Amino acid sequence: MDRTTLDLWVGIFVAAGIAALIGLAMKVGNLTSTNIGETYTVQAAYENIGGLKVRAPVKSAGVVVGRVADIRFDNKKFEAVVTLNIDTSYQFPRDTIAAIFTSGLLGEQYVGLEAGAEDDMLKDGDKIESTQGAVVLEKLISQFLYNKASEGNGSEGGNSDKKAE
Amino acid sequence: MPDRLITPLRNIGHRVIDRIWRLGVAARFFVTALTVSGESLRRFHLVIKEIYFTGVLSLIIILVSALFVGMVLGLQGYNTLQKYGSSEAVGVLVALSLVRELGPVVTALLFAGRAGTAITAEIGLMKATEQLSAMEMMAVNPVARVVAPRFWAGVISMPFLAAMFSMMGVFGGWLVAVPVIGIDDGAFWSQMQANVDFHEDIVNGVIKSCVFGVACTIIALFEGYDAPPTAEGVSRATTRTVVNSSLAVLGLDFVLTSFMIG
Repeated sequence: MDRTTLDLWVGIFVAAGIAALIGLAMKVGNLTSTNIGETYTVQAAYENIGGLKVRAPVKSAGVVVGRVADIRFDNKKFEAVVTLNIDTSYQFPRDTIAAIFTSGLLGEQYVGLEAGAEDDMLKDGDKIESTQGAVVLEKLISQFLYNKASEGNGSEGGNSDKKAE
Repeated sequence: MPDRLITPLRNIGHRVIDRIWRLGVAARFFVTALTVSGESLRRFHLVIKEIYFTGVLSLIIILVSALFVGMVLGLQGYNTLQKYGSSEAVGVLVALSLVRELGPVVTALLFAGRAGTAITAEIGLMKATEQLSAMEMMAVNPVARVVAPRFWAGVISMPFLAAMFSMMGVFGGWLVAVPVIGIDDGAFWSQMQANVDFHEDIVNGVIKSCVFGVACTIIALFEGYDAPPTAEGVSRATTRTVVNSSLAVLGLDFVLTSFMIG
């Protein structure tokens, strides 16, 4: 086989390989949906972020408007500081609530923005004041059990008191 | 001390030392191939010729296997997921298993069987017919002329082959899930895109396939270069190529996965 046909075949091979890589990135992976153009960053502090991860979606009314850029722990206030990258085409009032929700029963966690009513909009570098951390299932269950137990003790105690009388 | 006890122990010791010695020779061979590869990369048409033999000619087996692997994954995944009422997730299952594991690993195993054996047999026969010695007599470094171009061809071909395998496998899964079973096309792709991460899944798969490419090619080259110059020696070397490459790929896969997930 002469050299030009060889070169042609190898060229086709490499082009097909690169096309497959691009196809994987675009069609199979999430490369297209992660590049959301120009963004501005805002910060939000939570006492508990649960299982929130970097690159988790930021949604408002169910629509993805940004991504979680960074998660840090503030050692002075002992709370988690989450940095959000939000698309500049979406503007939110300053009193927007940033809460952490779970999609479905076992799904991944995301930041949900509930727009407030103020006229001033959030700017780059702002901090969202009203936040609501993740619901920790274990805490809920233990609280529920504790309430149940104290209820039970209370009624029993009442009964014994009556008997004592 | 009875001789019956000493002889087996001596055999074990001999085998262990022999293995370690061969590992050392292989490492030195790898370094030699790397140091002389500047020369062969300047004469790139040698590498292109080898990419044709190792990459282009492996395409058919890679693509056909990928199609069937993807179709089987689609069927099996649908069968299981259907019980939990989430049959749309079959796209995620097919894509993640292909991109993360099956793409790089099965491609490397097929590559060792298809291209690795050919490399070993070719170099072993070159050695048996004293072509390598003849090159040395003509002041041509056989490692630079024969080994290095094949090494780079294998390293370059492997990620492309693995990417094509994954893509073809996803297509096979789609073929079973959407037209045959009748899962919604939009749900199939959108669930896949929502759950396959570019950095964590696709880039890690490419890194895996590059590592497997280096391992498979260098094992094939070393076994060929190290083969006793007889018909039996070449045949044994070819067998060892397949066995060692497969073990190396599966072992490295565990190590790499534990690093990537951990």
